[in-house]
Amino acid sequence: MAAPLIQVENLKKYFPAGRKQLLKAVDDVSFSIGRGTTLGLVGESGCGKTTIGRTILGIYEPDGGRVLYDGADLAKLNKAQKKAMTRKMQMVFQDPYASLNPFFTVGEIIEEGLLIHKLYPDKAQRRERVYGLLELVGLNREHANRFPHEFSGGQRQRVGIARALALEPEFLVCDEAISALDVSIQAQVVNMLMQFQREMSLTYLFITHDLSMVRHIADQTAVMYMGKMVEYADTGELYSRPAHPYTIGLLSAVPAADPDYQKSHQRIHLQGEVPSPINPKPGCRFCGRCSKALPRCAEEEPVLKNLGGGHFAACHLL
Amino acid sequence: MTETTKGAAAGLTNEDFQPVLSEKSADVIVRPSVSYWADVLRRLKSDKVAMISFGVIFVIALFAIFAPMFSPYDYETTNLKATNLAPCAEHWFGTDQLGRDLWARVWVGARVSLFIGLGGAIAPQLAGILIGGVSGYFGGWVDMVIMRIIDIGVCIPELVYITLMMLFMGSGPMAIILTIGMVGWMGSARFIRGRVMQFKNREFVLAAKTQGASPLRQIFRYILPNILGQQVVSITAAIPGAIFMEAYLSFIGLGIKSPMTSWGQLSQVGASFYRVHPYQLFIPGALISVTILAFYLFGNCLRDALDPHLRD
Repeated sequence: MAAPLIQVENLKKYFPAGRKQLLKAVDDVSFSIGRGTTLGLVGESGCGKTTIGRTILGIYEPDGGRVLYDGADLAKLNKAQKKAMTRKMQMVFQDPYASLNPFFTVGEIIEEGLLIHKLYPDKAQRRERVYGLLELVGLNREHANRFPHEFSGGQRQRVGIARALALEPEFLVCDEAISALDVSIQAQVVNMLMQFQREMSLTYLFITHDLSMVRHIADQTAVMYMGKMVEYADTGELYSRPAHPYTIGLLSAVPAADPDYQKSHQRIHLQGEVPSPINPKPGCRFCGRCSKALPRCAEEEPVLKNLGGGHFAACHLL
Repeated sequence: MTETTKGAAAGLTNEDFQPVLSEKSADVIVRPSVSYWADVLRRLKSDKVAMISFGVIFVIALFAIFAPMFSPYDYETTNLKATNLAPCAEHWFGTDQLGRDLWARVWVGARVSLFIGLGGAIAPQLAGILIGGVSGYFGGWVDMVIMRIIDIGVCIPELVYITLMMLFMGSGPMAIILTIGMVGWMGSARFIRGRVMQFKNREFVLAAKTQGASPLRQIFRYILPNILGQQVVSITAAIPGAIFMEAYLSFIGLGIKSPMTSWGQLSQVGASFYRVHPYQLFIPGALISVTILAFYLFGNCLRDALDPHLRD
């Protein structure tokens, strides 16, 4: 594999939560994404997936660690370089209803990035580029003069993708980009994203809680729990041989299409609730819900262990 | 009882359940695409209430501008031979106790009242958008300092501001507008700050940020247009308030002083004699009421027209 496009090293993002308390949304997470590949980032609500995506793109300032893009530290860029970097890294947002400015037409929404970066100074060319993008995502040029509220969720999400692609990025963060859509539309959008990846050699960070979708799209998969990465492996490896008790629990909860299998396989129910991420206790964060917890788990925080073949997991049992 | 007999008992027949033929054919549902503001205008024009109330405001404004120019009488020339005349062919709105023509006085007063109404509604909003916008967007210690100043500011009673401002700046219309601005900016700044904070983390604003949009671009192209609709409504709703404020200040002797006049000043003088000369109170009073009602109704229609979610 060539040098990774994105390297995240010991990334930390804490939010103040009331008096002298910290919500550790992302706590010391490291990973890298190879050029042209997809990393699936899974975990339940509130585990810090979205925060990672937003911190990489600079919406949030990291509280520790760094993000390298093609070897360059994003925190060390000056203002102009930062702006130039926004061309290379774009995002598709979760909620297709909230992510489009209701006061802009679809054409204006897609055009906005071109205006900000002063691409296509000629108006007619810019219009053509917008029409081209609309057609690329399966809409047509008549849609350019409509407003977002005239579209369905799936169509809006296509507009969001067209907006992200307008700047010809190399890296795209898809933050729950399909979870607000109907299942049939999800498949269309995901297939479209995979097609773009092949055609434009895009690199994806695909954030989701939909485990079957990750299996379909991701080359590598990272599992997060309460701001920590608990397991990381090639997608095939992770699904066939999950190592961390949390991953095993998650995967057993995925409904199977085969009813016989669904009846026969033993579902592992994760007990209890996700504890509060505000000032977490020492030790393994999964400790309170883990059926195999040892006394050691409550005292010492496990680190990611290399299980061979690029498979990492953070658990004392391994 | 079977289904059919149940239906018959309710007076329903099978024909009632036939699908009604659609009047539109399915392929003409595409309407021409128009820009946002053209669409707002179209909606306003199709709204009868909006058009009538706008017409009323327009006519009153026309009279305020032109009536004093074409009146044979001056608003401040007294005529002690013709005091307290009831409305007649010579003096359309009658005369006051000094014999000044009320037609001229009412429309000169309208100029002052409308000027104060508009100015007094816009001034605090402008200050509020500026200060509240900065406070909400940048947050942190800037927000902290501004909000504490407002917290202290709102604790001081309005009348203290008013009396102090009027004492320092005299009692012209500009002084009244500034006073209303001084009292009103804190409320609107707080409101705008809240709205800006609400919008600055919306995904479409974050999307602009990830595209490299500068803070100013985010504020002016993304956040403010989404807030402005409501602000236009608050401005139209604040016009009656400002007109009232002027009347109230004139009434307690801090506002417009004779021989200069305004609707508030006219009603104040008229109120003292309304049992003998009711027209001196009721003509300016009626104009205040009609104007305020028209602004209020127009503001409501404007809000509906500006809201893109209500577009049909």
